[in-house]
Amino acid sequence: MALFAFVWLSAALLGAGAAGAFFGRSSFGRVGVYGFCLGACGVQFFVAVGLFFGSVEPQTVALPVGIPWIGTHLRLDALSAFFLMVINLGGAVSSLYALGYGRHESAPNRVLPFYPLFLFGMNLTALADDAFTFLVGWEFMSVASWLLVVSHHREEGNTRAGTVYFLMTAVSAQCLLIVFALLSNGEGRFLFDAIRQAPPSPEMARVLAALVVVGAGAKAGLVPLHVWLPLAHPAAPSHVSALMSGVMTKVAVYALVRFLFDLLGPSDWTWGAGLMLLGGVTAVMGILYALTQSDLKRLLAYSSVENIGIIAIGLGLALAFRAAGLSHGAALALTAALFHVFNHSLYKSLLFFGAGAVLNATSERNIDRLGGLIHGMPITAFCFLVGAMAISALPPLNGFVSEWLTLQAILISPALPQWLLKFLSPAVGALLALSAALTAACFVKAFGITFLGRPRTSIARQARETDRWSLSAMILLSSLCFLAGGFPGVMVDALASVVAPLAGGRLPHQSAQSWLTLVSAENGRSSYNGWMLFLFILVVSGLTSYGLRRWFPVPLRRSRAWDCGYPETSPMTQYTAVSFSQPIRRVFGSVVFSAREKVIMPPPGDLRSARLVVTLGDPVWNVLYRPIIGFVLFAADVVNKTRFFTIRHYLTMIFCALILLLMVLALWR
Amino acid sequence: MIINLLVQGAQMTLILVVAPLLIGLIRCVKARLLRRRGPSAFQPYRDLARLFRKELVVADSASWLFRVAPYVIFANTWVAAALVPTFAAGLFISRSADMIAIVALLGGARFFLALAGMDVGTSFGGLGASREMMIASVAEPAMLMIVFCLSLLAETTQLSSFAVFMLSGEAGLRVTLGMVLLALAMVALAENGRIPIDNPATHLELTMIHEAMVLEYSGRHLALIELASAVKLVLHLSMLACVFAPWGVAEAGAGPRALLTGVVLYLVKIACGGVLLAMFETGIAKMRIFRVVDFLSCALMLGLLGALLLFVSRSF
Repeated sequence: MALFAFVWLSAALLGAGAAGAFFGRSSFGRVGVYGFCLGACGVQFFVAVGLFFGSVEPQTVALPVGIPWIGTHLRLDALSAFFLMVINLGGAVSSLYALGYGRHESAPNRVLPFYPLFLFGMNLTALADDAFTFLVGWEFMSVASWLLVVSHHREEGNTRAGTVYFLMTAVSAQCLLIVFALLSNGEGRFLFDAIRQAPPSPEMARVLAALVVVGAGAKAGLVPLHVWLPLAHPAAPSHVSALMSGVMTKVAVYALVRFLFDLLGPSDWTWGAGLMLLGGVTAVMGILYALTQSDLKRLLAYSSVENIGIIAIGLGLALAFRAAGLSHGAALALTAALFHVFNHSLYKSLLFFGAGAVLNATSERNIDRLGGLIHGMPITAFCFLVGAMAISALPPLNGFVSEWLTLQAILISPALPQWLLKFLSPAVGALLALSAALTAACFVKAFGITFLGRPRTSIARQARETDRWSLSAMILLSSLCFLAGGFPGVMVDALASVVAPLAGGRLPHQSAQSWLTLVSAENGRSSYNGWMLFLFILVVSGLTSYGLRRWFPVPLRRSRAWDCGYPETSPMTQYTAVSFSQPIRRVFGSVVFSAREKVIMPPPGDLRSARLVVTLGDPVWNVLYRPIIGFVLFAADVVNKTRFFTIRHYLTMIFCALILLLMVLALWR
Repeated sequence: MIINLLVQGAQMTLILVVAPLLIGLIRCVKARLLRRRGPSAFQPYRDLARLFRKELVVADSASWLFRVAPYVIFANTWVAAALVPTFAAGLFISRSADMIAIVALLGGARFFLALAGMDVGTSFGGLGASREMMIASVAEPAMLMIVFCLSLLAETTQLSSFAVFMLSGEAGLRVTLGMVLLALAMVALAENGRIPIDNPATHLELTMIHEAMVLEYSGRHLALIELASAVKLVLHLSMLACVFAPWGVAEAGAGPRALLTGVVLYLVKIACGGVLLAMFETGIAKMRIFRVVDFLSCALMLGLLGALLLFVSRSF
């Protein structure tokens, strides 16, 4: 039984964590732990792929461990199989990468024990079939990732990142806890099957859906709950960043899908509207934040926020279609969202691996001090370019396919009956289009400033290619990006078994289409063919290149850059990340971030150089979090005074409290 | 099938052949309007032939990307242009990509152009790339909103099916179509770097966008990029023609007579578009770079309003 494979291998991951604690310092420990994780995740990945692409019958198992009289219930259905595939693919590739990357780890004994636990937690969450198991898995995932975030706690900013992350994680777990408590309805219904059989009332379901969106959304990084994400993801070692951005956010999406489509019963259109709007805002805000960053890993983390927004748009649309009984629309939107889950896990891991390789080669995260790395690190540069193209939704890569499907889903939204949705969906479509265009700008910046141009510092000039393990992980992910972009029909067909029970419909059989073209509906209203387009571009550019060389065999000469006749000598005069985003900052940022530029001119005669200072405000932090923090500090101050009372005061207080409670009790009766 | 492929090939060749001529025609008309004699309309062919034969000079600091980019830019633009029905609809590759994919293919070309601009490591390149991406960040959503409007009307995103839909006369006279025409024209001006967005005739630092990115290119690389931008102009004019003036577009499986009429009418349409563009460019001044965003936001808003109008009007 496939489920037992997961049980044993996940348990083995727990054991690997313990082993990591013992052998953490030795190189044997590193190779052992990462090698083992690679093997375990690899096997789990292939089992999940087998289940996902074959037609999977839900399997359940009850283990006699855990809370007495409840035990641990696990269930493997098509949705779990899909997410297990995503989790274990990410886990396996990260472990492969870490085999090489982990060599540079300064504190391996802080990373090795928790890495397998992190993987274990994510697997358990996707397998859980009762509330306790789900929460245990969720907390394993959260706490292990927190420990990994603070593994380099002496570096500047990491402790703060850890604190913010810990608080947000607590909020997220609290919300889910309340959801489960309300779902159990005081009758001890903790099994998912029991919850499914007695769905909550529509009003209750609306409250629960809001709580789920806050709980899972905080983990996924929906604006305004995203604040921890750009702090925590870059603080962890790069293979963990890749897992957190590429995979852990997907576990949160799993929770969203599991609750909103499965456990909470029939959906209401208001959930869809809310999630869509939140998704649209998240997508644009996320990428605008990313555009203003100069720290490569933080830029990638913000771009994860954007991608979660795109996924949320798809999920929201699917909910709205489902509530209106439009099964085809629901299937299209849900397929788009899940496909984007898979795609994002591929290219975000790839980009974080690239960033990690750069970090290893230069020990520099600020891209304004890099440049020209394409010369020293050609393979990393190529893989990063593939990831950047995929995330910018350029055909024929995979990112385009899922955005295309999402746009197609928006285009059939006039069929929705609610007026609010009729107005909302074109607006969300515009937000999606805007975020797609800004992503391209963001990744032109990220790739161009880091890898192209002349090296800005000597460390960038001396950068050399990273190790073979890391490269093989990156090459693997790059080729998967091409495959998923070229043959999306295979994935869409396999997703049908996930989507059908949740959305009540499915997309047309893609394998039956001529030339493996992807179609969004039976009537052929829209179609896209990735591999044919790729082949076409390849043939045209190849023939052009060959023909020109053949007919015009002219020599090629290397020379100094022309630059209109006045080449600058210093590479510091090149465009930087800050200057590249200046026009966009001026267009969008002056409103959103209240961006200000100030030139500080020294007085005449002073030899100091003039400086340009850019200040950006974070609207979400200032409006939402600062007041909360202020209130907590104020309350702490007030409560703090009670620590310095005399014994007489304390006795009076105890007496008063007793009287008060008795009165409450009397009134209650 | 074979005939279909042949027609497809003919269409691609036609676009490639017409593109430099269109540029030449626009320059010629502009010169006449300014009471200059100007070079002949065939001058762009001579320029291209000359560039192909010239020695290639590549900067020391350039990487492989700099040398690959012209081919990628050219191939992406040309393939995108091949997807637009010019004189015949329902061609071989038209099912492999829709309007969204055409926008994305052009986005891919721009992505590489911006990267190539940054590759040599001069400040001009970075300046051009940064400006280009800023303009694209508004132009691309505007274009997608136009696509939204069109596909809401015809219930398809395939441009080829859309041309057939417009030919059938089902669309009628709609407010949305007027908005789309205006928005598409505005986006086309911006995408092709024409006046009032960018001046294709100058190398003035304060104004340049496209020219700044390709400063370091020479020889056949430069020729390919120039050709690609000419093809892009033809693409946008063909798109305008096939949406708003689809007369004469031969439907799938049409005979040689219909195809020939299609070709002649297409050439007339493109020539008209070129003359109109030249007249418009002569009559207007270039705008400041940050005004471009306002200009394109208008196009975006027109597209969004058009889409909203369709969403609302549909439910009645």
